[in-house]
Amino acid sequence: MISLWNALPGAVAQGLIWGIMAIGVYITYRVLDIADLTVDGSLCTGGAVCIMLMLSGQSVWTALAGALLAGMVSGFATGLLHTFMGIPAILSGILTQLGLYSVNLKIMGKANQAINVDKFDLLVSLRFIKNVPFYKNTILLVAVIIVVMIGFLYWFFGTELGCSLRATGCNDKMARAQGINTDLSRVLGLMISNGLVALSGALLAQYQGFADVNMGRGAIVIGLAAVIIGEAVFGRVFHNFAFRLFGVAFGSIIYYLVLQFVIWKGVDTDLLKLLSAVVVAIFLAIPTWKSRYFSKWRRKGGRS
Amino acid sequence: MLEVRSISKTFNPGTVNEKRALKGLSLTLADGDFVTVIGGNGAGKSTLLNAIAGTWQVDEGQIMIDGKDVTKLSEHKRAAFLGRVFQDPMNGTAATMGIEENLALALRRGHRRTLKPGIVNSERKLYRDLLAKLNLGLENRLTSKVGLLSGGQRQALTLLMATLEKPKLLLLDEHTAALDPKTAAKVLETTESIVNKDHLTTLMITHNMRDAIQIGNRLIMMNDGQIIYDVSGEEKKKLTVEDLLRKFAEASGGKFANDRMMLTK
Repeated sequence: MISLWNALPGAVAQGLIWGIMAIGVYITYRVLDIADLTVDGSLCTGGAVCIMLMLSGQSVWTALAGALLAGMVSGFATGLLHTFMGIPAILSGILTQLGLYSVNLKIMGKANQAINVDKFDLLVSLRFIKNVPFYKNTILLVAVIIVVMIGFLYWFFGTELGCSLRATGCNDKMARAQGINTDLSRVLGLMISNGLVALSGALLAQYQGFADVNMGRGAIVIGLAAVIIGEAVFGRVFHNFAFRLFGVAFGSIIYYLVLQFVIWKGVDTDLLKLLSAVVVAIFLAIPTWKSRYFSKWRRKGGRS
Repeated sequence: MLEVRSISKTFNPGTVNEKRALKGLSLTLADGDFVTVIGGNGAGKSTLLNAIAGTWQVDEGQIMIDGKDVTKLSEHKRAAFLGRVFQDPMNGTAATMGIEENLALALRRGHRRTLKPGIVNSERKLYRDLLAKLNLGLENRLTSKVGLLSGGQRQALTLLMATLEKPKLLLLDEHTAALDPKTAAKVLETTESIVNKDHLTTLMITHNMRDAIQIGNRLIMMNDGQIIYDVSGEEKKKLTVEDLLRKFAEASGGKFANDRMMLTK
């Protein structure tokens, strides 16, 4: 029990860092209505760029900005594949993700690059969870980053441009009839989303002390899990857009707490990804099952 | 206001599904014309509206709106000149966004979308006044999600959105066909009052021949990708449903005279 208790702060910190990625996934999956698989690659791109910039002597803030930018470029690539080249969104994401594997290897020069927390001035680390001054505490720092980020997103999606993104995701036929360039909206949304995912990857690489070419594998599933858990737990309470994003971050924390619990229970860690996939698959199936098997109880609407 | 010069469009060219939907069609609309469009299924009515709206590019011909050649312009750029209402009430609005947010999107049609707020307080009074005129009780539900509205309410809202920024041309694609008769009549009444108030140049497709005769100052009948009958002014006012059926029989060689799907009385 004590070992579980000791592992909790770490799980919360990881959950928060992955929460940033989950919010990125929320923007494509829920706002733009695109399942964007680029994230499996762009998460690592963010980590790789951040670590390499820091190893070359740049400050942690420059490194984070570089990661953000690299992620936005990845999103731009997927956006062009999808809009300019007319490739279905899922396939566009897979293509970029595959390409990014090579790009990430080239950025790092090898499959894995470590960074020493004692030699470099990292912003977050698993060493900064306990016994550090509160302003250096990783949980607090990442929480502040998330609050600032959600504030920015709340503002942005309330602007004319942000509203046009939401309209595109909701009904692109209507959006075009109202003069919205839906291709531009999609590219922009993918850029913002992958920028956040890469930022999350940059923080994650610092936190664990290394960037690895496989660190993004299955990231989309973790992101979707966080989105789904957030909606299931907080969906009825949180209606405001900003609160929904907080719900996603909380969903990510819950995911990591459950994961920690499962590990503590002694489940074979090789099976964790399978477990995540099964859980997410079931949750994704719920809307279909509801309409197929429980439609009798569904209120019929939409007609006058 | 609108000048369509011998446009053609073929779908799925070179396949078994090849369909020549428009065959060198020409049409000129004067400023303030309210034209009703009738014709059988597959006559090319919706295709004509989509060609004007720029849903895809035409194969041949030219489209001018208010003297400007828009033939090569993309759909979202042409939207600056056009107001559109679709047959399916779901198509014209964003269901997960609020009533006021939908109207705010429409108010910005034809303008650059920037990082300024997507809706400002001063607009809300305008929206409330306009919604009150619809008589649907929507003026006090500005923040309600559009997905909660009925089909008729959504079509009325779409109509408002289409005309909020006065369009050069209003395109109505059977916008009352999916509604029950009572709601359809009400939406049609709203349509007439908005069009008359702003003297909008309008193209309205309808399946209802009586509506087609009663509404507007000009009527065109389409068949097989072409306009086969074009009547306006006094002559149009004297038309009867029987006249239209006869015209249609003449033009199509009589074989579709009893096509129930084509025109309902």
